[in-house]
Amino acid sequence: MRIGTPKELFEGEQRVAMTPDSAVQLQKLGYECVIETGAGAAARFSDADYKAVGVEVVKTAAALYKTADVVAKVRPPEDVEIKRLQKGQTLISFFYPGQNDKLMAAANKKGAHVIAMDMVPRISRAQKMDALSSMANIAGYRSVIEASNNFGRFFTGQVTAAGKVPPAKVLVVGAGVAGLAAIGAATSLGAQVYAFDVRPEVAEQIESMGAEFVFLEFDEKQTDGAETGGYASPSSPEFRDAQLAKFTELAPEMDIVITTALIPGRDAPVLWTKEMVALQKAGSVVVDLAAERGGNCELTVMDEKIVSDNHVTVIGYTDFPSRMAAQSSTLYSTNIRHMMTDLTPEKDGVVNHNMEDDVIRGATATFEGAITFPPPPPKIAAIAAKTVEKVPEPTAEEKKAAEIAAFQKTTQSQVGLLAAGGLLMLIVGAYAPASFMQHFIVFVLACFIGFQVIWGVSHSLHTPLMAVTNAISGIVILGALLQIGSGNWLVVFLSLIAVFIATINIVGGFMVTRRMLAMFQRS
Amino acid sequence: MSIGIVTAAYIAASVLFILSLGGLNNQESAKRAVWYGIAGMALAVVATVFGPGVYNVFLILIAVAAGSFAGYYVSGKVQMTEMPQLVAALHSFVGLAAVFIGLNADLMLTSVTELRTAYGDMLIANGGVLPAAGNAMVQQIEDLTGFGKKLFTKDAVEVSILKVEVFLGVFIGAITFTGSIIAFGKLAGRVDGGAKKLPGGHFLNAGALAICLILGFMYIAGSGIWTMVLMTIVAGFIGWHLILGIGGADMPVVVSMLNSYSGWAAAAIGFTLGNDLLIVTGALVGSSGAILSYIMCKAMNRNFVSVILGGFGGASGPAQEIEGEMVATDAGTVAAQLNEAKSVVIVPGYGMAVAQAQQAVSELTQRLRARGCNVRFAIHPVAGRLPGHMNVLLAEAKVPYDIVLEMDEINDDLPNTDIVIVIGSNDIVNPAAQDDPNSPIAGMPVLEVWKAETVIVSKRGQGTGYSGIENPLFFKENTRMLYGDAKDSVNQLLATVK
Repeated sequence: MRIGTPKELFEGEQRVAMTPDSAVQLQKLGYECVIETGAGAAARFSDADYKAVGVEVVKTAAALYKTADVVAKVRPPEDVEIKRLQKGQTLISFFYPGQNDKLMAAANKKGAHVIAMDMVPRISRAQKMDALSSMANIAGYRSVIEASNNFGRFFTGQVTAAGKVPPAKVLVVGAGVAGLAAIGAATSLGAQVYAFDVRPEVAEQIESMGAEFVFLEFDEKQTDGAETGGYASPSSPEFRDAQLAKFTELAPEMDIVITTALIPGRDAPVLWTKEMVALQKAGSVVVDLAAERGGNCELTVMDEKIVSDNHVTVIGYTDFPSRMAAQSSTLYSTNIRHMMTDLTPEKDGVVNHNMEDDVIRGATATFEGAITFPPPPPKIAAIAAKTVEKVPEPTAEEKKAAEIAAFQKTTQSQVGLLAAGGLLMLIVGAYAPASFMQHFIVFVLACFIGFQVIWGVSHSLHTPLMAVTNAISGIVILGALLQIGSGNWLVVFLSLIAVFIATINIVGGFMVTRRMLAMFQRS
Repeated sequence: MSIGIVTAAYIAASVLFILSLGGLNNQESAKRAVWYGIAGMALAVVATVFGPGVYNVFLILIAVAAGSFAGYYVSGKVQMTEMPQLVAALHSFVGLAAVFIGLNADLMLTSVTELRTAYGDMLIANGGVLPAAGNAMVQQIEDLTGFGKKLFTKDAVEVSILKVEVFLGVFIGAITFTGSIIAFGKLAGRVDGGAKKLPGGHFLNAGALAICLILGFMYIAGSGIWTMVLMTIVAGFIGWHLILGIGGADMPVVVSMLNSYSGWAAAAIGFTLGNDLLIVTGALVGSSGAILSYIMCKAMNRNFVSVILGGFGGASGPAQEIEGEMVATDAGTVAAQLNEAKSVVIVPGYGMAVAQAQQAVSELTQRLRARGCNVRFAIHPVAGRLPGHMNVLLAEAKVPYDIVLEMDEINDDLPNTDIVIVIGSNDIVNPAAQDDPNSPIAGMPVLEVWKAETVIVSKRGQGTGYSGIENPLFFKENTRMLYGDAKDSVNQLLATVK
């Protein structure tokens, strides 16, 4: 089958859904790849690059839609693109079926199968095709870069001959994928980073990225993020007030504020008010990653950069991934490629649209003339975070008591063993003749010495130990030597063999041990 | 040489053997310790040969020369990956020698008893007067071997005890012999490595044991040597069937157990012959093997008895569902990750030995270390088919022993490790041992490799390996599977790792 990628029509969109690299991988799955001329130009992939890896370049989008069985793109289709869809054609792109009823109905009318990359369920198996996460990652990184571009100072603190520079303080609100990426980028630039999230369980992730978790004293149970597919749920008015009070307290100190708070299916909550912006120092920057859904900052204007009365820059761009088109195209095309891998289990270049598969079912918006959105909940729950029950630290007394109990226990078992052993000896001694008991003493003492000595042998020398014990168990040769002089020919013969094999044991065992030990070398 | 000097030599030999085992507590003193062992053995053998009551020295020399040559040849030629087979084979020799010596003891007992009866009759006929020197019978008694003379002086109770000792020596020897042969076959891959049983299973073993005991009682009651020969055959069957029923991953326990048995067989022979050096040495070897078996069982959190009886027991419910999927990777990607890594831990297993990948692994280690990367090896006590097997393989490949660490030494460091490379090991890195109470290996201490940043698993295919237990590690998010032969995979890495 053929898989094609047209040039994006949305104004300013620079990404492309197929790169030369991903095309190579798709060809390995058995697909032929087609691309519209100039589709990758904005992301710095030339037609020649595509041709070099065997991708067919077609002149127009119309021709592409005609020839391709699968169309992969980035943005949701425009009306003109919907018109070009054919019956049975598969369209893979961001689609936002929840907000695009009409578009979905139109595509369905055309008989196309729509796979919405934004609907890929958030389960571990599907992470490799989670385009929202890979785009959010880029957005988080880019938000820090945009902020630093508009911030007149260093991020990192420095002491120079020309004076001391304090480090920039960065507050990241919302520690999802984008928030964590922003934290990572900002800390690696040297800033002091604080982060806030309504889900207390992400504190650990925040700290692992090198930021400080802004702790809010509030006694309310937040629903676990895992139950809502890894997203935050709306919070109560009381909680919101406490949160805003905390932000108001932080506002004057913060040089950079990056907000990423989104709640699925709702407008973005206002978390950074006009008043807070007014409290900030001149030259501070607010980057609002939620601008597309109304913004977390009250002053945000979508797709624009504005400067407040007190000279605080508020950035409301929505096209961060597109601003890093080469990187985001690479990641997005890889997401698409993974989706195709799951759609082509046989690697034979034929799409097997398996509606039983959780991931494929979840992402499919229309299929065979029916609208299949919203999908049923996936069979496997999202990344479940188990609550770890804390084991209380034992107190000093408890420890001491446990130690005494353990000591008593070992004493008991040892005394028990000694008593049993002693009894056994008595019984043996009562019946066995003295000559036997003499040897028996030797035997028991040798066992004791053996146990004491062998416990000291280092683990790494266990194989040489076995070889040495092998060699010295060849001591049975003595028995054969003492018998070999017998007048009975059978005895002579058997002891001859015994001497022979025992010698093999002795010589072989010692030689191989020496060989092994010679190999052990210190660095 | 008089008896006194021979005994002195035996005392010296015992001390040297103890020093030889004790010296194995670290790598440097171990090199000296082997020489103690060799010296002790030489002393014991020379003192015995030139001691009283040993004849046919020429035959002895031939047998010793042939045995030395064979031992020298085998030990020089054996590959380090074949150590488990060699050790098993050597155990079987001890077992066989014990059987022969035990049977000999009985043969000699019979002839000596006849001689004594005849001598007693003669004394009575002579009216209690000792015959003069030169008498044919006196000459015969004079010519008895050292062991024969001892037999001559034994009273009835002592003879019964001797028979018990012969029984024990032959019984343990026969089990060791056939058990070691089957273990050798399994380790060398000549016998299918899985756990197999004849119909009847353990009842068959129990029945055979009962037959052995009955034969033993008949023997002590004086039924003659045929009971011993028959018992040898039946005990041989027990050894064969017992080890046949134990699967591949339990081999370290089996080998150390057979090591222990060979020691006990030697000790039993020592009792038979009334030879203290044999008793001491047998006891040392026996307890050494017993401790090794104990350590191995502890490392698998298994009961010794359940290992010996074979098969995994105690899976009390269905295994946990495993989420996620195995994600494959390729050598190029892994090499790129390794070039970035600051700390790497390599977990070798039996698969590394099978693929003979240790040289390539060592080469990889050298390159990474030359770059300043902190490379270490994590060795689980039961990795491989022999206690300490991996250490020897790595030593052979010239991996310095101070970067080869035990499980307890490295487990705490794993969370701070960038990359863990698992080469050919499976159960010893299985998180189910900690997470899944229903797993057959629940509670077994394992290397917590999944806590590292990234885990690379080099594995031949998607199968579950020797034990047949599914490993959730392979399905973890931070795990990448590098499919293919371990040696080829590591060589591919070498091509791109700087």
